[in-house]
Amino acid sequence: MAKPTGFIEFPRVDPAKQNVAQRLTHYREFEPLLPGDELTRQAARCMDCGIPACHLYGCPVVNLIPDWNDMLYRGHWRRALDLLHKTNNFPEVTGRVCPAPCEAACVLAINQPAVTIKQLELQIIERGFREGWVVPQRPALKTGKSVAIIGAGPAGLAAAQQLARHGHTVVVFEKDDRIGGLLRYGIPDFKLEKWVLDRRLEQMLAEGVVFEPSVNVGRDLSVALVRARFDALLITTGAGVPRELPVPGRQLTGVHCAMEFLAQNNRRLAGETIPKSQGISAKGKQVIVIGGGDTGSDCIGTSLRQGAISVTQLELLPKPPEQRVERNPWPEWPGILRTSSSQEEGCERIWSVDTKECIGTHGAVEKLRCVRLAWTAVEVAGRRTFKEVPNSHFELPAQLVLLAMGFVHVEHGPLVEDLHLPLDARGNILADENHMTAVPGVFVAGDAHVGASLVVRAINFGRRAAAGVDAYLLGT
Amino acid sequence: MIVTTRTAPHNAAGMPPPWGLYDPAYEHDSCGVGFVAQLDGTATHALLDKAVHVLVNLEHRGAVGGDKSTGDGAGLLMQIPDAFLRDEFQACGVALPVRGDYAIGTVFLPADPARAQRCQRTFATIIAAEGGELLGWRDVPVVPDGLGVMALSTLPLIKQIALGRGAIAPDAFERKLYVIRRRIEKEVAAWRDGDYSQFYIPSLSSVTVVYKGMLTGTQLLTFFPDFQDARFISAFAIVHQRFSTNTLPTWSLAQPFRHVAHNGEINTLRGNANRMRALSALFASPLLGEDLEKIKPIIVEGGSDSAMFDNALELLIMAGRSLPHAAMMMVPEAWGSKYLMSEDKRAFYEYHAAIMEPWDGPAAMVITDGRYIGALLDRNGLRPARYTVTRDGLIVMASETGALEIPGENILKRGRLQPGKMFLVDLQQHRIVSDAEIKATISRQQPYRRWVRENAITLRGLFAPSDMPKTSPAALLRAQHAFGYTEEELKLIIAPMASQGQEPIGSMGNDAALAVFSKRARSVFDYFKQLFAQVTNPPIDPLREELVMSLMSFIGRVGNILDETPVHCRQLKLSHPLLTPDDLARLRNAKHPDIVVHELAMLFPAHGGGEALAAALDALCVQGAAAVRNGATILILTDRALDAAHVPIPALLATAGLHHHLIREGLRTMAGIVVETGEAREVNHFCLLIGYGASAICPYLALATVCDLAEQGLLENPLEAEAAADLYITAVKKGILKTLSRMGISTVRSYRGAQIFEALGIHKAVIDRYFTGTASRIGGIGLEEIAHEAQLRHQRGFPTRGTLDPLLDTGGEYLARVDGEAHLWTPTTIYKLQLATRAKDYQVFKEYTHGIDDQSKQHLTLRSLFDFKLGTQVPLDEVEPVEAITKRFVTAAMSYGSIGKETHEAIAIALNRLGGRSNSGEGGEDPARYVPLPNGDRRTSRIKQVASGRFGVTAEYLVNADELQIKIAQGAKPGEGGQLPGHKVSPDIARVRHTTPYVTLISPPPHHDIYSIEDLQQLIYDLKMVNPRANVSVKLVSEVGVGTIAAGVAKAKADLVLIAGYDGGTGASPLTSIKHCGLPWELGLAETHHALIANGLRDRIIVQADGQMRTGRDIVIAALLGAEQFGFGTAVLVTLGCIMMRKCHLNTCPVGVATQDETLRARFTGSPDYVECFLRFIAQDVREHMAQLGFRTMDEMIGQVELLDFRPALDHWKTRGVDLQRLLAPPPANGTRRCIRTQEHELAKALDVELLALAAPAFEHGTAVCCDLPIRNVNRTVGAMLSGEITRRYGAQGLPPDTLRFNFTGSAGQSFGAFVTRGVTLRVEGDTNDYLGKGLSGGKLIVVPPRDAHFVPHENIITGNVALYGATAGEVYIYGMAGERFAVRNSGAIAVVEGVGDHGCEYMTGGIVVVLGPTGVNFAAGMSGGIAYVYDDNELLGMRSNLDMVDLESVWTERDKRQLHTLLERHLQYTGSARARLLLDTWETAYPLFVKVMPMDYKRALERIKQHEFSDDEAVSASEEVFQTP
Repeated sequence: MAKPTGFIEFPRVDPAKQNVAQRLTHYREFEPLLPGDELTRQAARCMDCGIPACHLYGCPVVNLIPDWNDMLYRGHWRRALDLLHKTNNFPEVTGRVCPAPCEAACVLAINQPAVTIKQLELQIIERGFREGWVVPQRPALKTGKSVAIIGAGPAGLAAAQQLARHGHTVVVFEKDDRIGGLLRYGIPDFKLEKWVLDRRLEQMLAEGVVFEPSVNVGRDLSVALVRARFDALLITTGAGVPRELPVPGRQLTGVHCAMEFLAQNNRRLAGETIPKSQGISAKGKQVIVIGGGDTGSDCIGTSLRQGAISVTQLELLPKPPEQRVERNPWPEWPGILRTSSSQEEGCERIWSVDTKECIGTHGAVEKLRCVRLAWTAVEVAGRRTFKEVPNSHFELPAQLVLLAMGFVHVEHGPLVEDLHLPLDARGNILADENHMTAVPGVFVAGDAHVGASLVVRAINFGRRAAAGVDAYLLGT
Repeated sequence: MIVTTRTAPHNAAGMPPPWGLYDPAYEHDSCGVGFVAQLDGTATHALLDKAVHVLVNLEHRGAVGGDKSTGDGAGLLMQIPDAFLRDEFQACGVALPVRGDYAIGTVFLPADPARAQRCQRTFATIIAAEGGELLGWRDVPVVPDGLGVMALSTLPLIKQIALGRGAIAPDAFERKLYVIRRRIEKEVAAWRDGDYSQFYIPSLSSVTVVYKGMLTGTQLLTFFPDFQDARFISAFAIVHQRFSTNTLPTWSLAQPFRHVAHNGEINTLRGNANRMRALSALFASPLLGEDLEKIKPIIVEGGSDSAMFDNALELLIMAGRSLPHAAMMMVPEAWGSKYLMSEDKRAFYEYHAAIMEPWDGPAAMVITDGRYIGALLDRNGLRPARYTVTRDGLIVMASETGALEIPGENILKRGRLQPGKMFLVDLQQHRIVSDAEIKATISRQQPYRRWVRENAITLRGLFAPSDMPKTSPAALLRAQHAFGYTEEELKLIIAPMASQGQEPIGSMGNDAALAVFSKRARSVFDYFKQLFAQVTNPPIDPLREELVMSLMSFIGRVGNILDETPVHCRQLKLSHPLLTPDDLARLRNAKHPDIVVHELAMLFPAHGGGEALAAALDALCVQGAAAVRNGATILILTDRALDAAHVPIPALLATAGLHHHLIREGLRTMAGIVVETGEAREVNHFCLLIGYGASAICPYLALATVCDLAEQGLLENPLEAEAAADLYITAVKKGILKTLSRMGISTVRSYRGAQIFEALGIHKAVIDRYFTGTASRIGGIGLEEIAHEAQLRHQRGFPTRGTLDPLLDTGGEYLARVDGEAHLWTPTTIYKLQLATRAKDYQVFKEYTHGIDDQSKQHLTLRSLFDFKLGTQVPLDEVEPVEAITKRFVTAAMSYGSIGKETHEAIAIALNRLGGRSNSGEGGEDPARYVPLPNGDRRTSRIKQVASGRFGVTAEYLVNADELQIKIAQGAKPGEGGQLPGHKVSPDIARVRHTTPYVTLISPPPHHDIYSIEDLQQLIYDLKMVNPRANVSVKLVSEVGVGTIAAGVAKAKADLVLIAGYDGGTGASPLTSIKHCGLPWELGLAETHHALIANGLRDRIIVQADGQMRTGRDIVIAALLGAEQFGFGTAVLVTLGCIMMRKCHLNTCPVGVATQDETLRARFTGSPDYVECFLRFIAQDVREHMAQLGFRTMDEMIGQVELLDFRPALDHWKTRGVDLQRLLAPPPANGTRRCIRTQEHELAKALDVELLALAAPAFEHGTAVCCDLPIRNVNRTVGAMLSGEITRRYGAQGLPPDTLRFNFTGSAGQSFGAFVTRGVTLRVEGDTNDYLGKGLSGGKLIVVPPRDAHFVPHENIITGNVALYGATAGEVYIYGMAGERFAVRNSGAIAVVEGVGDHGCEYMTGGIVVVLGPTGVNFAAGMSGGIAYVYDDNELLGMRSNLDMVDLESVWTERDKRQLHTLLERHLQYTGSARARLLLDTWETAYPLFVKVMPMDYKRALERIKQHEFSDDEAVSASEEVFQTP
């Protein structure tokens, strides 16, 4: 730690986002980078803690945050980049889309604004690309072993890069026509422009990773064949089954799963043409987003950019407190009220509300019938429960309803069935601590293994699975 | 009489066998020593009476054992009383020949008659074989009445043998007697068919005879009726009173030995003994001739350090060196450049440095060869030695003055032995030979100066190398990987060393896994823990007293040390043990005939396991030995040639292995070992290599790393590579000095090979072969595992696939990282503990304890390998309540200063609520805290700590305590003083500590009043006197041998002993100390418990344990291992918000716990409630365990080790070799396992009881009292109890000045006037011993010589060493000279004295000292406050001062003149000093010769105050405001 008193001297500074009116006119990122001298000051706020909870507790990909902060403060960008890449294959992604649990766990956050860890991460990697430091790392020796990775999302890609660098032959199969999974289709461009992804894929190609898009293993290619052709198989297909809204009227037009809506918009932005019959648009509509998570926010931002008249977001849970409660102390993820950049762009948020019915004449949705909920204060078996408030039904007009209530589990398609992979109680694929499933040589990582979670976790799981695969292949 | 039951089988001599962790081999001793001699050589019986009188008067310096009547040992060495023995032997039918033609031996024979006779027969045979004539035996009459049980049960048969010279030449007689004695000793020692352990020959000489035994001084006289016979006469006698910290001393280990009586300890014994053994292969002596083989081995194993010293000294004398010459070789004075001495003398020492390393350690020695009787003091002068010469030619030398009362008019001279000095009484020439004369003569008996100049080889003189090739970045990275460097080491260890030139500082304790538990590949270095000095010997102060230390050494071939020739110093002379690659190139290319270099590769084949490693080591040793036989004088061990196929052998293993192989082969001293290794990088590595035999080390990779860091700009300061490398080397040198000092060792020459380490986690097989003689008590890894760890590192440097990782291993030793070392504290354990105590949720607390206790996935602590055996469960509600348990809880000593006010008070309040005890730490306590808060909460700490800095230790502080804790050592930095960085010394803290704001406070490494166990006993007595109601506790740190020290502490009458683990916290300490010094408490506690039981002392002392205690399980394990009370430190801080930043030393604690920064303190969110809740939860957790184990009360549980089960960690490749079975050795069924009685302090005998009675009128009516009383040296700590009582009644302000005046006549005992408070004036006419005015708290002390004395007061010593230590207020006037370390750590008292010894005014932070005469060296070292005026008429003060922190100024301001003048007037008024009168009479010419010694920091602080007085700011008081900005 080069500056012991940095955290006392310098306040936290976040980059000024573009104003709402401006950013609604486009789909590009709207958060600029901090200037260099401010960066140094922000890095100086890191306290180089004895027990850095950011790294040990907060960061799912265990970024060596204090170490690269130190290097950054001292101007050793190259070394900071090495440290960053040591744990994280895609910091340019996490630096943009991660909710930054590291900052929640930052020791300084006990009583002060946390260190701007996410911002610094982004700056290190962007500088790295600018300087040309991010170059392919080709293995010195090929092992002669091969791995098939099914699913080109963050988990699969991280695993692919690790395994390729270990000298294995890696083929990534992807059912969609382009590589990236949720990074490509789930996250709107205003949070992650796709050139960022392409830039990294180039490096991976140069490192020898082979991408096979538009191949849906199990349907386009038999699982048995893949098993026979490769020494190991890693399933990183994600938790593709969305949570449904089992209410009357769900089948009406204008009621869509969030992912349909978001993926379509991303395809459109990527230059694809969407057949008019399949097109979903928020333009000129009153939009209701059901679900208060990140996907919900992405729906809001996208809807507003498409020209929605209004956006309302419904959340089953009660409105969270403004501050941490005693039972939710540092360094736990704080269950507090947050406003995402999309939410601040203009939406009404209603908490403690359940949707009872989608109502529409002519087959198209026109309004939602909702009810207010009363939550119990006490936890029963670790969960709080709710009751409907009598006579609190109300209706909301809506021409577009987007369901963003999360995902339940991996798709139980041919892949799972043909391999006879045992599943856990929640419907995800079971595996041991080395990420190997009950079938020898078949591994699983990411959302397909643990259920829907953060990109940063997926990267970490991909890396860990890669270590498991590697050990398996080398018989150690 | 209390009968103590023997608890373990002993041999006939009384030595218990090793049991559990207790091993009597770890004994130490300290004592009182003295001699009496008549200059004219007239032998009288009266002289012996006087000698015995001295012994009796030194009795309080000795000790008695568990049975309260067995002395640790006392004895007397005297001339043979010819007439007496002639008659006595005549009575036995033996006619003695003329004086000189016969010898007398005192012999201890086995009590068993048959065995005794067998021994006697051996005498006959061997004497005959050597040409002597056995004349006969005499039964020495003994009266065993009154001896203790232990002494009686081991009483040998004591006889004297008379032996005629026979055919032996007169001048060879003594030598032959030596040979005869050795032969007999060896013969008997070889008998295996019976217990001959009692056999011993105290003396066998034609000149002297020894009477000694397991006695007290008083018993000596009655035990040997010989002493009562008027014909029993001598012209001199040496006496000795032993205080052994091994409580079962033996008859044979009583002193004096044949030539030596020693007060002190040899710290480097292991190395000295090994070296003597190695040297013996080359012994040759024309005097001893063929007989040499008969006397080998020279060193008799099993003797005490003093006994071994005697062995070595005896050989040197017998081989022809004079007694003083031999003594100068073995205990050289400091001869560094700071000392003014003749070139010849310096050369003498330099020459002998090439031959023999110092036998280092505190030593006051009395030596004799029958003609000369002398005394000498080691270079540190840490033992007192006072002497008086009378007008009628009597010389009395003793550890204390006043041991023999001498009328004032008869005193010719009173002096003290100064550090490094010697004096001799020559009984043939009838005169005293001064140090200067002895040494001048000896240092010119050979042309040593020319010999050294012409022969010593220096590196610069060797061939200069061509430029060394620079390491490429890739090669550097590869090597760093292969040697296991980590990113953390680069950042936290190497870079700070290379930027700042010193070891990095850290804070908080160690909670990382022990090396043997680690899942990472750990270096062999990490398996060793440094030992350190505690109690029996003091650490040295490497910061303020560096001048006594030296890193200089010689490398090469040492010849026959019984001879002296110019060639002996034809060796390579190094100023320090670090070599650069350039240096090494010079060495390799040397063409000098005496530099014959042979290289040995420290490598073994890649993919080879333990066997390959063993084979490589064997080959290396064999080659090394062969090379030495072929003439090599320097062996270079090198791992430079590592590559993909060759793995470095861990450097320590190779070095120690070669070292011991060469010792075994008798070749060790014929060549030096130089280690060229990439592995050594931190201070501990270098120390280990030297400690196991390396003469020099070239850390080529560390240096290359430093250069690389510099070039990359990764150092704090932009430095050139070369400058950075220099700083790095400086840091290592300082670190080595610090390590030496921690053990109390002064020179690297004696540290080399001294093996002052304990192995933790290495298997016995490896230890025995490669680290012979090192303690390793829990087993652990073997060569297979060592090889595997080396391979793992190597693989990172030479990966079989993939590319070289651009980043090194993370490390995570100091700052936690996911893939680094495992730690007990994690974000989860921390926040769960905080949540549990804030929400008062026991469920969450259990989640926390589970997180700590369950180490099944990764063991971190020794205790994790213990399991509870299930007892008969009892219902939980029958277990004693939480409140009964929390009474046993204390908090660790954390000073106000290291932690903030809020934290400190919260802890105190919580512990007071619980009935436990918080600890003030070493920082005083604000008196405001003695008053309870309105809500009833008390903020005072029930335990007040007394540490070496004595900050704020006033009478008031001491009486406001329930327990007084003497901190001998602290887990995080044993053997070191504390330090409080300047930025944490806020004005408030400075006030409480009596120091200057913003000036860094350093506590000296030693307590300057505890240099030995008898000193500790004295301090315990001092504290008891001032506050008889408080328990006195002694804090020790776990290390091998701590049990024997604890036994000594019990005998020194401490009420409580605390065994701290090495891993405890700290506010600031070098990282080396935090990680590598001391051992876990489990070991120390078990050993202590075992040792106390074995010695029958467990019943009288409470045992407390601390060190990373976190859960109920920890407490229960400690209780089962023998602890009665338990300390918490870090965990308590965590409940108050600490999140283990480890930044306490930077004052940047972001949660306001450990900072003095106002902004940060505002962030403190702790509350006493949290601490209270935590300790209650712990107690509840303990209760639950107790219910499971079947204990209703803690008392039942203490020491019930049978309920612990050791479960080896079989699933871990390293840990599976660990065996803790020895910790669980069950004590004998009848042994008491906990404290059941109190110590007998015998305070009622104190003179103060009388003073208190005399003071009654003052207490009752406030009338003044004035009395005249006699005083003797046995009247110790006079005035303290009186002052304690005054303070209790009247508080710190005491009574009006001079209310109580006591005038004493005689020699006052130690600690005269300690803690004397305002209103008390004590005057002594005579002299005083050590520690005058210790902790003076406002009283007035006056010391004047006897009015009829004839000597010149300002040239004679009338008070001892370490006067005014820690004084905070008061006045002292001394009409005469004082000893060493006058006014050390004075922070407020005013003193006038007529001369002082070395290190005067050391660490002073306040007050005024006026010295009217000479000062010793190192005056004003570390002085950061107060003023000294020194009369410097010869203008030498500048040379004698340590000018690091002070300026020397003239006395010219009116204010200074007035102040000085007033003090001189008062001195004259109180003492009638002639010198004061003269100076006042000639004031105008006198005052310009005074020098004002002014600390720079103090001056700045005063100037700031002054400026403020002149500014017009009115609102804030000056002293507060001006100190705001540092």
